[in-house]
Amino acid sequence: MKSYHADERGYYGEFGGAFIPEMLYPNCEELRQNYLNIMAEPSFQEEFHQLLKDYVGRPTPLYLAKRLSEKYHTKIYLKREDLCHTGAHKVNNTIGQILMAKKLGKNRIIAETGAGQHGVATATVCALMGIQCVVYMGEIDIARQAPNVARMKMLGAEVRPATSGSKTLKDATNEAIRDWINNPVDTHYIIGSVVGPHPYPDMVARFQSVISEEIKQQLKAIEGRENPDYVVACVGGGSNAAGIFYHYLDVPEVGIIAVEAAGKGIDSGESAATSALGKVGIIHGSKTLLMQTQDGQITEPYSISAGLDYPGVGPMHAHLYASGRGEFISITDEDAMQAGLELSKLEGIIPAIETSHALAIFEERKFNPDDVVVVNLSGRGDKDLQNYIDYFKL
Amino acid sequence: MNRIKQKLQEDKKILSIYFSAGYPNLDDTVKIIQDLEKNGVDLIEIGLPFSDPLADGPTIQESSTAALKNGMHTALLFEQLKDIRKTVSIPLIIMGYFNPVLQYGVEAFCAQCEKIGIDGLILPDLPLDVYKEEYETIFKKHGLINVFLITPQTSDERIKAIDDASEGFIYMVSSASTTGAKQGFGSEQSDYFDRIAKMGLNNPQIVGFGISNAETFKQATQKAKGAIIGSAFIKYLTENGVDRIGDFVKQIR
Repeated sequence: MKSYHADERGYYGEFGGAFIPEMLYPNCEELRQNYLNIMAEPSFQEEFHQLLKDYVGRPTPLYLAKRLSEKYHTKIYLKREDLCHTGAHKVNNTIGQILMAKKLGKNRIIAETGAGQHGVATATVCALMGIQCVVYMGEIDIARQAPNVARMKMLGAEVRPATSGSKTLKDATNEAIRDWINNPVDTHYIIGSVVGPHPYPDMVARFQSVISEEIKQQLKAIEGRENPDYVVACVGGGSNAAGIFYHYLDVPEVGIIAVEAAGKGIDSGESAATSALGKVGIIHGSKTLLMQTQDGQITEPYSISAGLDYPGVGPMHAHLYASGRGEFISITDEDAMQAGLELSKLEGIIPAIETSHALAIFEERKFNPDDVVVVNLSGRGDKDLQNYIDYFKL
Repeated sequence: MNRIKQKLQEDKKILSIYFSAGYPNLDDTVKIIQDLEKNGVDLIEIGLPFSDPLADGPTIQESSTAALKNGMHTALLFEQLKDIRKTVSIPLIIMGYFNPVLQYGVEAFCAQCEKIGIDGLILPDLPLDVYKEEYETIFKKHGLINVFLITPQTSDERIKAIDDASEGFIYMVSSASTTGAKQGFGSEQSDYFDRIAKMGLNNPQIVGFGISNAETFKQATQKAKGAIIGSAFIKYLTENGVDRIGDFVKQIR
């Protein structure tokens, strides 16, 4: 059977692999050779699941959003990743990777962050384990995400500004990779999404797969069936999407819907809709779809949501798009903000702006009344309050 | 015979210089190449600038960014170089990241290189296995030598595999670092230089990263066939412009 999972060389169809300079080869190779074995160790599994339960607060609820369902004449469930410790799904991955780093004998952690959610989730697990933590963050993002910078500092992390290039997430990632080149022995790099060289996309997807694993059990208990008709998630790099898609990738009767940020509109020149605007290329060590000039220079994306503001997309998602397995929809800033406001008023849940993009599809796309649609509510909106305030003049 | 191989047969230590095409000024490319040859440099690495140079430190990042801002792009570089073989005979290598080559089209890129008289490519993020499976025949068809990197962390087994896949020379990265990050060599480097020298590889090694002056050039080439200077030359161009390239070369050897 055709599989939409990574093969053993880290390829999803033609996408993925490890396009890295030799300086990174030993680091990635050490990880590649060990990650599956370590993840399969009973002691690893036990500690991972214990922490997910007691520290993160899993399982997160699968909540039937009645008023939202009524409005859109379909059955909408929300997977409440916003209730995770630190406020988003990001921590599922950082818990997994900090345990991985310990098993590999690493005593220093580096990470990149855009809006700061992954940085906070990394700083959190480093505090938990008493491991040194350096987070790279674009100089521009540091200025516009002050509360998360303060959180990371409180948690004991050092936040280093990325001053190269466009001074945002892509450059923070470059700086983290350069740090890893300069510190190949003692340092583990916790990538925050299903991007980067093999084995990162597969490893991060596996750590996030707890999301769809839980949905299967929860839906079985509530609806009497494991499989919804659709799973929906927003995609920047695509880690929350990888988590909710994971156990349904090879279940053809489950529709997969990925929602990208159209920014001010796909043709506006200010967008982050990679599937629509990207071409096959190499970014951060992975062959995937990315936004670039005709000449192969990586371009700067735009979205009101810092978490979707990435010029590439994980290779799993590039393959879902190219193969037609996934349905890709892009949502503008404006429609996302309205959807965020709507969820707040209808369900009493203020979502992260990233998540608001996924919620906005109900205005765009019709579902049948008896469809079961599960949306990954990937994060809560506390971090975006200032954005909501400015946008709606609250 | 390929000009790189020919040069490597000479009984001398090879001085290779890297610069970013399109820097400091868009049209400096040809003059820099001509002046480097005139002043006795043995090999030139022409940097094709990239927006996201992962393996490079601040100096080459900045020269790449400036070159792109000046308007450098792949087709323009080929245009600038189209008559280069009328004036120079020095071996020329294009060094860059894989994505711009992929977008130009690997076959088309290699064909252009052959037409111009480029002798080899260094694409650090084109991995060994992908090269062998997908691109080796194309490179060979166009007479291009592909140069691989090794680092102090590269295992002996992998060094042997890289040696087998190489023709020409092996680019020996002197330390676990990005370009321009470290100055000078310590005992870790001497151990590494010794280890590699004792391996008896088929291909000569040229050391890069951390070489900036006569002293480091001499240290790097005690065991190895040659050494590459990149960031230090770019810094020199930033401070002195392109009119006194000879002075820079003379202070190396």
